[in-house]
Parts: sequence; C-alpha cells; structure tokens
Amino acid sequence: MPQEISDKTINDRWRRRIMEISGENVYQCMQCGTCAASCPMADDIDASPRKVMALIQFGQAEALDHLNTPWVCASCHMCVVRCTRGIDLPRVMEALRLTKLRDNVDHVEPSNLQPEEVVDLPQIAMVSGLRKFTS
Amino acid sequence: MKISYYPGCTLKTKARNLEDSALACLKALDIEFEELPRWNCCGAVYSLADDDLIHLIAPVRDLIRAKERGADTVLTLCSMCYNTLARANKLMAEDEEKRGTINQFMDEEPDYFGDLKVVHFLDFLRDDYGWDKVKEKVKVPLTGLKAAPYYGCTLTRPKEVAVDRPDKPTILHDFLDALGATTVDFPSTIECCGTYQVLGNPEVALKRSQGILSDATLHGAEALALACPLCDFNLGRRQDQMLEKFEGATEVPIFYFTQLLAVALGVAPDDCRLDLNRPSALSLLKDKQFITV
Ligand code: SF4
Ligand code: SF4
Repeated sequence: MPQEISDKTINDRWRRRIMEISGENVYQCMQCGTCAASCPMADDIDASPRKVMALIQFGQAEALDHLNTPWVCASCHMCVVRCTRGIDLPRVMEALRLTKLRDNVDHVEPSNLQPEEVVDLPQIAMVSGLRKFTS
Repeated sequence: MKISYYPGCTLKTKARNLEDSALACLKALDIEFEELPRWNCCGAVYSLADDDLIHLIAPVRDLIRAKERGADTVLTLCSMCYNTLARANKLMAEDEEKRGTINQFMDEEPDYFGDLKVVHFLDFLRDDYGWDKVKEKVKVPLTGLKAAPYYGCTLTRPKEVAVDRPDKPTILHDFLDALGATTVDFPSTIECCGTYQVLGNPEVALKRSQGILSDATLHGAEALALACPLCDFNLGRRQDQMLEKFEGATEVPIFYFTQLLAVALGVAPDDCRLDLNRPSALSLLKDKQFITV
C-alpha cells in the first residue's frame, strides 16, 4: 500500500517524542536493511525494523499504530550488534511501546492470563513480559 | 577477590536445577563466596528508555547490598540477571548525571559509583578460574557427548556487557571443550528463543524455539547446553507442545551448563538436580554412562 506523506500525515511532535524517549537519532538510519535481515522475528512482524525506522523518519505515527513490530520485537539486540550506523533499535522499539503504554493502554491484560498458562512460567518471563506489555 | 553471589527470583523457585548444581560446582571448585543475605528482583530486563530511571533502582539497590557486604565482585548465574545488573552497573559508573539523580533519589542508601565488577559464572570460570584449572578438576570427562552450546541473547548482547564477542562467541564452546564433550557448532547458537514473547505472542516464541532445536539436531547435536532459565523454559519446558505441533520435531535434552559441569566434576548425582529437567536429560547421561545410579 502506498504511504501518503504530507502535512496531514506527518506527526512531528510524536517523532520528537520517540527520539527523546529512546535517546536515538532516527535520521542516522540509512535504510541499509541489515537489521531486517538479522531480526529473528522477521516472519511474524508486519513491517521490518528498517521500515519502522523509515516510518518514524517521516513521522508516520498513524501508520505505525497498526503495525505489530514493536510488540513482537523480543529486545534480542541482534540488530544493535549489526546496525551499520550504530543505532540502538530496541530502544526505539521501547519508545514506540511506551508512547502507548504511558497512555494507559496495556498490550497484555494481566487478569486475562490463564492460570494454567502462567503457573509454570519462570519469574523472569512474567516480570520481563509485564514490563514490556503493561504500563 | 570477595564475591557476593546474587541468586535472583527464578533460581530460588523454577530454576533450582541451575542454582543447586552451580552451588555444588562452586564447592567442588573450592571457590569462596557469600550469598547475598538481602536482595530484591533486579527487574529481569534493563530499562531501554532514556527517561526511565525508576527501573534502575532495583538493580542498583542490589549492587549496594553487595557493597555493604564488602564485596568487590557480584557473581550471577541467570543470564538475564547478569545483563540487567551489569548494564545498571555500567550506567552508574559512566553516566554522571543519571548516577547523581539515582543516588539522590535513594538518599537512604549510600551513594553508589558503579565500582563493583559484575560477572556471570561462565566468564568467571574463563577469566578468574581458568579453563586449565577446570580441566584439572574434571573427574568424569563428557567424552562422546555431542552438545550444542546455546548462548541466547543476554550473555553476549549488547556489546557493552557481552561476556564474549557478540557475533561469534566461543565461551560456551570452550567450556564444553574443557569438560571433554564434543562441541557441536550450529548457526542458531546466538539466535533469540523468543524470550518474554512467551507471554505476548506464545506461538511466535514456540516457532523460534523449534527452529533453534531443529537446527541443533540437524548439525548433529544430541543435547543443548544453556545458561538462562527463560531459554530453558522456551526450549525445554515447551518441547511437549513442539513435539505435538511440528512435524519432524524430535526430543532434545536440555541442560544448564552448570549441570554438565557438576556431572563432569563428579558431584553427587542428586546435587546435579537432573530430576528437574526433561527426563531425556538424565537418560542421555545414563546412556553415556556419565551417571550410573
Ligand atoms: S531487537 Fe527486536 S527488532 Fe531488533 S533484531 Fe531483535 S527482535 Fe528484531
Ligand atoms: S541496520 Fe541500522 S542503518 Fe541499517 S536499516 Fe537498520 S537501523 Fe537503519
């Protein structure tokens, strides 16, 4: 689908917020795609990390809202190790999650978790999962 | 060297096989340490937001507890605790502004300057104990055990706290070599198992984990050695689901590296806590006659 990039769709305030929270300069990304080729979640994300970077560069907040990438990212840090421009992408993904979570929109509702599904989970799974998916 | 051992939540409950076997190894290797009498959850993941300092309080508090005991080194066993504590420690050492804010916020605690050394048992064995000394202590060489080292993410990424080269680590390889096992290299050795996605996208995590296991068996591994309780959960505990769901999936015994070390050091089988692994783990070691009871 073509992406309309115009005054109507560019959200500069949001773009600045993402850079503030992540501490990363998204304009440094040169769209080489190394992150996309390294991401273990490639098969299950709506848009590659490279495309996410492009959308942020163009302030496409609305378009990013519909993509699952920040929620499927596992903060595995493979992309950071390989990024040709030294960008810390998991920090950008965290900023994308936090802009939602800080509006009190949880991605996982803890009370919906089935006891039989979580009873065996190690604490580090619960703690890290709830840190990433709830406010 | 004065070592404070930080256990973390999971080791006291769901990963007793990691802790019990590691403690038995520390004893067998005559390594002196003190378990922290007081500690809290480190938070499991390091905060990745620039404006989020509150999640640094937990790991920094743990480091202060270790300082209080007069330690110079904090020893960890869980890869996620290692990563979180090591990154928090580094921030306290290097970021003057954030350090100031955190120290001021915790004004009931002594100021902390990131001057402890945070190590994982693996890099402790390599750098402080030495593979040669480990080799000398081996009583039951794991000859003929085709084991694939599985690093996961948090031991070797990001670079700032990596216990080895992030792109091509060898530390677990070298560890297995020291025990006399046959180390099986495989491409997914540093791939992510899906980690906390077991909570958000369990099917995706299952697929990732299955990919890792089939890659390891394809390259001739008969077992996997790892260090992280979440990797162990995804790759071990969830194998029943994989066997049901994926055609061609086969059983792969999973070991904490400390359990293999314990067996090689001739630790009493009960203390290796193989009763907490998938049954295939103990069967394999019995087949190989490393354990005879
Ligand atoms: S940190 Fe996230 S985006 Fe980067 S490679 Fe890992 S899963 Fe993909
Ligand atoms: S690897 Fe770095 S520079 Fe290349 S596309 Fe990804 S974020 Fe951009």
